This record gives sequence, C-alpha cells and structure tokens, in this order.
Amino acid sequence: MYSNGYIFRYAAILVIIAAAALSSANMLLKPYQEKNVAIEKMKGILASAQIEGIETDNTIEEFNKYVVEEKLINSKGEVIDSYKKGNMEDGKAFKINMKEELFNKTQGKDFDLPVYVINKGGKTIYVLPLLGTGLWGPIWGNMALKDDFNTIVGMTFGDKGETPGLGGEITTDQFKNQFIGKKIFDDKGNFTSIKVVKGGIKRLPAAEQIHGVDAISGGTITSNGVDAMLSNVLESYLPYIEKQRKQ
Amino acid sequence: MSEERQEREPLFSAKNLKLVKGPINLNNPITVQVLGICSALAVTAKMKPAIVMTISVMVVLAASNVVISIMRNGIPPRIRIIVQLVVIATMVILVDQVLKAFLYDISKQLSVFVGLIITNCILMGRLEAFAMSNKPWPAFMDGIGNALGYGLILIAVSFLRELFGSGTLLGLQIVPPGFYHFGYVNNGLMILPPMALITVGVIIWVQRYYHRDLIENN
Repeated sequence: MYSNGYIFRYAAILVIIAAAALSSANMLLKPYQEKNVAIEKMKGILASAQIEGIETDNTIEEFNKYVVEEKLINSKGEVIDSYKKGNMEDGKAFKINMKEELFNKTQGKDFDLPVYVINKGGKTIYVLPLLGTGLWGPIWGNMALKDDFNTIVGMTFGDKGETPGLGGEITTDQFKNQFIGKKIFDDKGNFTSIKVVKGGIKRLPAAEQIHGVDAISGGTITSNGVDAMLSNVLESYLPYIEKQRKQ
Repeated sequence: MSEERQEREPLFSAKNLKLVKGPINLNNPITVQVLGICSALAVTAKMKPAIVMTISVMVVLAASNVVISIMRNGIPPRIRIIVQLVVIATMVILVDQVLKAFLYDISKQLSVFVGLIITNCILMGRLEAFAMSNKPWPAFMDGIGNALGYGLILIAVSFLRELFGSGTLLGLQIVPPGFYHFGYVNNGLMILPPMALITVGVIIWVQRYYHRDLIENN
C-alpha cells in the first residue's frame, strides 16, 4: 500500500511537472500565437474591403500596402491619433483592445476605437472593427464602408465557438455577402444599422430591405448577437461617422 | 526478478495489430462500448471538424496512453483517476497550444472542440482499462486503434449529416444546384444534434445485423 505521504508527494510532483510543462510551452509558443492572431486580424480587415489574393505568407506585406492610415477616435468622434508611417501593425489603433474599450462604454467612461483607412485602387474604404457576443462566446467582424460612410463594401465575421452548421454559418460567404451594398443610414440621414431579420428580409417593408439581411435558421441567438453587435458598435462610431458625413 | 527471459515480441505482432483492429469494428468505442457519444454528436455536423477531431483525439489518446503506461507502476491507486485526468488535460492543452501556434486555421475551426477532448470518456476509459496495466508500446497501439474506431464512426456520421443537411462534403457543393430548382431541400434536421444520435443508432443497428454475437442476450 502507498502511504499518505507518498500520495501527497506524488500528486505535488505530478502537478508541478504538468504546470512547468504547460507554462514553458505557453511561453515558447506565445510569439507565434500572437503573430497568428495579428495576421488573422489583418486578413479580416483586408477581406472586408474585398481585397483578394491574401495568403498567410503575404498578409503583413499586403496590409502595409493597402492600409494608408490607422485612426484612433474617441467617444466624441474626434481623431486623437493618426498613424501613417512605418509598420502598420505597430500603430496604436491596431494594438487597441476593443473588448476593454467597449466595456468602458458600458460603464459610461470614455473609449477609443480604431478606424482603418484603406486605399484600394484610388478608392478610399473605411474599415470599422466589430465585437459582440454570440451564443457560446465572443463574435467579431469588420465592416468596410465606402467614403460616403453609408454603403457597405464588404463584411467579415469570426467566432470563438458558435455551433458549426448553425450559428457558425455567420462566417460563410453566403451570410456575409448579403451585406454588400446595404446602407446604414436611411434617406433622411437617420442611423438605421443593419437588421438581421429572422424569417428573411422579405418580411420588411420594401423601403427597409436595404437596411436588413436574412438571419440564419437554427442560429437565432447568434443572429441576434450579430444584430446587437452591429447596432452597438456602429452606434459607438456614430459621432465620428456623422462628422465625416457632414463634410 | 523473473528468471525466464521473455522473448522480445515483434512490434507489429498479431497481438499488437489486434489492438488496432479490434476497436475499429468488433470492439468499437462508440458503437459497441458506447463511449465518447457526446463529442460524436457535437462535432459531426460537418466533415472537416470531425476529421480534425479524430486526429487530435488520436494524438492525445496515444500520448496519454504511453505516459500513463510508463507511470503505471508508481501511480497510487487511490488517486489514479486524478493522475489520469492531469495527464489528459496537460496533453490536450499542449495540443491546443501547438495548433494555435503552427496550424492556426485548423485551431480556429476546432475552437472549443479541442477542449472537449478532456471530457471524452474514451480517453479515461482506455487509460483505466488498458494503459494502467500494459506496457507503453501496446498502450500506444491501443490508443491509435481506439482513436481510429472513434474517428471512423465520426467521419461516417458527419458524411451523412453534411451531405443531407447541407448538400456539401468538406465544404464542396455535392448536390447539384439544379436539384434545388426542382424542389429538393436540404434536410435541416440533419444538422441538429438529434439526427446524430439517430445516425449513430442506425450504424449500431447495421453493425449488429452483421455481427450477431454483439447482440446482448437479455
């Protein structure tokens, strides 16, 4: 039989070895993981602006080529930081933690949000990153707007763990391509956001169909999450967008 | 200790190969031992996650089988389950970290499922039933075999579910788009969990039809 002392020693040593193995693996792999996350973010931003031919190997290069400016705006819509030169992945806007900033918003504090300015063949496209909650965890995305700050050029979505085949379908082309050409302001200039409509946009009056997309059947909570994410984040950008629209 | 020198068994002896072949059919972890059902339901809506899940389970199961088998003589029986769990959890986190660092795209697809490997009953089942009382090499073979048996069912179920539920296989459109014009509709029920259970049930039925000795006598 094993004595209690042996059991305690055995357990302690085992746990220490496991902890040491895990933390060293984490330390060694962290730089690679962070690089992957940054590349993923860049890919999303470029993909939302409908820039094609982005591979993992050339992402950083292409990102630096297309993104001409990274702006940081505050809750009043003022530009507080503009980063134009050098490596775009070093910009303050690129490094900002959206989660913290949106949390500050819920606390009624000031918050800063990034805007990426992309020059695609002479046309200026503004990309706004999005962050929200789905069914199982966070969902995120990027919205690319034309320089009228109204018409959507493209969208991307990502999720941490939405159900594959159901809520996870938000990342498919079928879902995100619906957004192309939709508008976030109505004719009178009122902010409408984009509604994710259960049962399809056919249910909306004809005039409102330009402000809506079809939800995913079987993915109601994720669809509602996308809807809430769009209205919440776009609303945070609203002071900035409205300033730009007046110009 | 033992005076009679054991003759070294060849690595791929019939006995060792049986450890791999058994779980694929007659001793299948899902259809016969009915283990690991939960993850079989969760990851089989599409084929790709099912395949990557199979590979991840194989790595984790083979590695933890070997580790537990090496440690088997020192493990105090009273805390053996916890020891097994620590080994499995460590392996799973390592696999997750490595995937995140070097195969980021795949790790994104797997998302929560890698973590779910920890709760897969096949792992603890094999550690407890086999690795605790066998040498590392047979334990390794046993791990590979059981993961293959598990993966085979996973891939079969996800094949049916993706084909009839989404009309695609591995994301490629299989059902011709023309069919939809003639009123063909993807079966939405196939991508919901209940159909995974029913599909597994049908597979068990078919298997028992051909292997009558698997049928319980009560």
